[in-house]
Amino acid sequence: MNYHWDFGDVLHYWPLFETGLGYTLGFTLISAVIGMVTGALLTLLRRSGWKILSVPAVAFVEVFRCTPALVQLVWCYYALPVVLDITLSPMMAALLALSCYGAAFYSEIFRAGLDTVDIGQWDAAYALGMRPFTALRRVIGPQAFKIMIAPLVSQFVLQLKNTSLVSVVTVPDLVYQGQMVASATYKPLEVYTTIAIIYFAILFPITQVARILERRYHV
Amino acid sequence: MSKEVMIDVVNLEKSFGKHKVLEDISFSVPKGKVIALIGPSGSGKSTLLRCINLLEMPDAGAITINGKTMDFGILSLRYRTTELAAFRAETGMVFQSFNLFPNMTVLENVMAGQRFVKGISKDEAELIARPLLAQVGMEGFAASMPQRLSGGQKQRVAIARALATNPKVMLFDEATSALDPQRVAEILAIMRELAQAGMTQVVVTHEMSYARDVADIVMFMADGRVVESGPARQVIEDPQEERTRDFLKHFHAGCS
Ligand SMILES: Nc1ncnc2c1ncn2[C@@H]1O[C@H](COP(=O)(O)OP(=O)(O)OP(=O)(O)O)[C@@H](O)[C@H]1O
Ligand SMILES: [Mg+2]
Repeated sequence: MNYHWDFGDVLHYWPLFETGLGYTLGFTLISAVIGMVTGALLTLLRRSGWKILSVPAVAFVEVFRCTPALVQLVWCYYALPVVLDITLSPMMAALLALSCYGAAFYSEIFRAGLDTVDIGQWDAAYALGMRPFTALRRVIGPQAFKIMIAPLVSQFVLQLKNTSLVSVVTVPDLVYQGQMVASATYKPLEVYTTIAIIYFAILFPITQVARILERRYHV
Repeated sequence: MSKEVMIDVVNLEKSFGKHKVLEDISFSVPKGKVIALIGPSGSGKSTLLRCINLLEMPDAGAITINGKTMDFGILSLRYRTTELAAFRAETGMVFQSFNLFPNMTVLENVMAGQRFVKGISKDEAELIARPLLAQVGMEGFAASMPQRLSGGQKQRVAIARALATNPKVMLFDEATSALDPQRVAEILAIMRELAQAGMTQVVVTHEMSYARDVADIVMFMADGRVVESGPARQVIEDPQEERTRDFLKHFHAGCS
């Protein structure tokens, strides 16, 4: 193949990539935070022991786990406003879909993490007179957290990659900006290579840190 | 009720689903006395012990410990988690599987009750915890992680942890069943010392010689009911009920 690589034109548009990167990171972080908080809440509801609370929570989790993120995103943007008779900006629709999608998976990670802690640990904490929240914070949580680190990081990595979907509803993230630059420069090869390198440069260190943490906590 | 009574259980009932596990259990334990619960597997000994500190919520009846009474039934719903926690703090419990907190050192395990239940500072909690570790012969392991200890060592730490909140009653659920024979004697010796020091104890055990020699009262249970209860020596050496006699036949070593 004698394609003549030329990143000159593409790098000329570097500010656009920067803006895109800002959107990508912003969406990832905000939806991860909302997702984790909501996910923790869902886990509490599922463990509440009351069917009125646990059944809807399980239903929510399963719906978002068993449909593609892209479908959820498009649905939130095109269908949800019709159903609820509201208007949703592309940003809001994208944030809503990504947060709910994350919440379902984070909830599943929290649940699995808590379940791996021996039930005798709750007994021992309660027997000392700890209240449920104290037991969770001092005894169960720290043990569950070690188990949850690895899946939480992989979910975060997935979440960052999934953010690329928001370009479909015209949120100007990294991929969306790439499309702009590609159509302006007619250099899709260079553009998408640049984007891939940027994603890799962010995610590779994260996965390495996760590996180190995992090793440290599993001794 | 006399001031001397430390534990008073009245008409206690507990079911898991349709399975009635405890039926009309009543007994009382005077202050400073040791009661041994014996009986075949599945007779409800552990469930009874777990009901006494509310790890299982009884369906009906009442429990009084050190003058504080909890009534069960429809009324149980009114108890808030803080009340349950306060009632539990009156008792210390030792489990067959130790259940030490693996995320804390030995010393931190023993300090956990003081720090996270009573809200006492780390330094003060340590002043309470260290002598208790010494009492169970584990002062040299304060900084160790529980995973590094042998079963007998874990159980000694677990006893110190339970004692640290200064409970009025100690509950032991087959505390020696998971241990090697040599380690069993060490744990029984610690429990004996506690008895001599005046600690009220409820002990679920398969050690008939311990029940006979250390317990004041022995209560034999079968199918969720109290079959026979009385002075330890009498119940073990001269049981009145056929079922008790049948059960004790399996333990000839203990009732020579
Ligand atoms: N959480 C639970 N859910 C359902 N059934 C239970 C539960 N805990 C105990 N049981 C049942 O209650 C009965 C009494 O159990 P328990 O553990 O109190 O017996 P035990 O006398 O301590 O027996 P062992 O000597 O084997 O320890 C058993 O039939 C057991 O299967
Ligand atoms: Mg038992």
